[in-house]
Amino acid sequence: MTDIPPIITVINVIKQFGRFAALRGVTAEFESGKLYAILGDNGAGKTTLLRALAGLARPTRGEIAILGKSPKAACRDLGYMAHPSLLYDEMSGIENLRYFARLYEIAGDGRSRQVIRAVGLDPDLTRPVGQYSQGMRQRMSLARAVLHDPKILLLDEPFSNVDVHSAREMVGLLKAMRDAGKTIFVVTHQASLLEGVADEFVWMQAGQIIDRTKGLSRMGVQ
Amino acid sequence: MNSLWSIALATLAKDIRLEWRSKDALNSMLFFSLLVVVIFSFSFDPLAEESRHIVGGLIWVAFLFAAVVALNQTWARELRNQVLDAYRVSPAPANALFLAKALGNFIFVSALEALMTPLFVIFYNLRVLGPAWQLLPIVILGTWALVVNGTFFAAMSLRTRSREIMLPLLLFPISIPAVLGMVNATTSILTGEASAHFWLVLLLTYDVVFTTACLGFFGLVLHAE
Repeated sequence: MTDIPPIITVINVIKQFGRFAALRGVTAEFESGKLYAILGDNGAGKTTLLRALAGLARPTRGEIAILGKSPKAACRDLGYMAHPSLLYDEMSGIENLRYFARLYEIAGDGRSRQVIRAVGLDPDLTRPVGQYSQGMRQRMSLARAVLHDPKILLLDEPFSNVDVHSAREMVGLLKAMRDAGKTIFVVTHQASLLEGVADEFVWMQAGQIIDRTKGLSRMGVQ
Repeated sequence: MNSLWSIALATLAKDIRLEWRSKDALNSMLFFSLLVVVIFSFSFDPLAEESRHIVGGLIWVAFLFAAVVALNQTWARELRNQVLDAYRVSPAPANALFLAKALGNFIFVSALEALMTPLFVIFYNLRVLGPAWQLLPIVILGTWALVVNGTFFAAMSLRTRSREIMLPLLLFPISIPAVLGMVNATTSILTGEASAHFWLVLLLTYDVVFTTACLGFFGLVLHAE
């Protein structure tokens, strides 16, 4: 650990759904300006941890501090991309982003057009998002998450159902964002895509962080 | 306050655009109301005098049932692709979303009423004997009473497994005072036999109380897991 104060602190977080504990006492600190890949099998608690950081799942016990604030209070600093697109299928990309921009009190179309171009799409595309390919939808979803220029990005399975070429392009985008100072969390099953890009791999199992490594291989684990 | 109304209006415009493109709510409401008008007109075959006494009830029951269709649709489109989560992670106030949804439903149900009322007049051979202008505040207050609670309870039943059944179960009992007010006020004006003043005051009070309560509690409903 360095002397730089952590951007996110998670202290003994437990999240229960009825009698099932999705998170079982997660404690961790995350530094600013790094790209973290969160890995683990299905049901390991990766998505629940991400939703807790986003303020969508309130911890049953424990505490999360983002820039010293609660996730809800820090919402302007958080960008969240879920496994579903979080976009209206019946509207075009620019119409979607224009609406979400209003939620963050961003005036005009300038910023929306800029982020659509940044993810490699055309802001003048009039087709509704429902008719986009999966890769385009994922990119538009990423554009929505970065619309308000958040300091922290929480991305759940951004490469799922995306072809290898598009996934590599998205990794390039994430690398550029990390290099620009953003802190990025990526939940993924395609860890190899982030090899050499992620600063740290966070391994989860049964609702707990069991390891944190600099590379993809873990000591004593195949 | 500015941001609340600006976000509410943006959300309302978005909902109207989505409804215009899909026409999900309007088509189903229209079809349902048409069925009610036709079936009841064949069942009763009412004389003009008789119809003035029963049509107040028929018309509002038809609108109440039809409104449930729109109310379910309102939130259903926020569940597709989990778009509601995008709102929940934003700094936008919960009440802006509620106001937008309630106003949107008010517009959709009012459009339905505007289309269906002439049909009721024709099928039931109606002539208003009381002060006809009073029908306007009754329609406005009555429609708002239906949609304000309906929007709230539709949001509450969002995460339940059988939400389309849950909504009427929650909404209908709590709407009884409002429905009584709408039906009696409408009947008073159609027959011209009594003043609708008491029922109008009841409707107004109902609207103020439930709008305040819904605005007060909607944040809890939106952020509930």
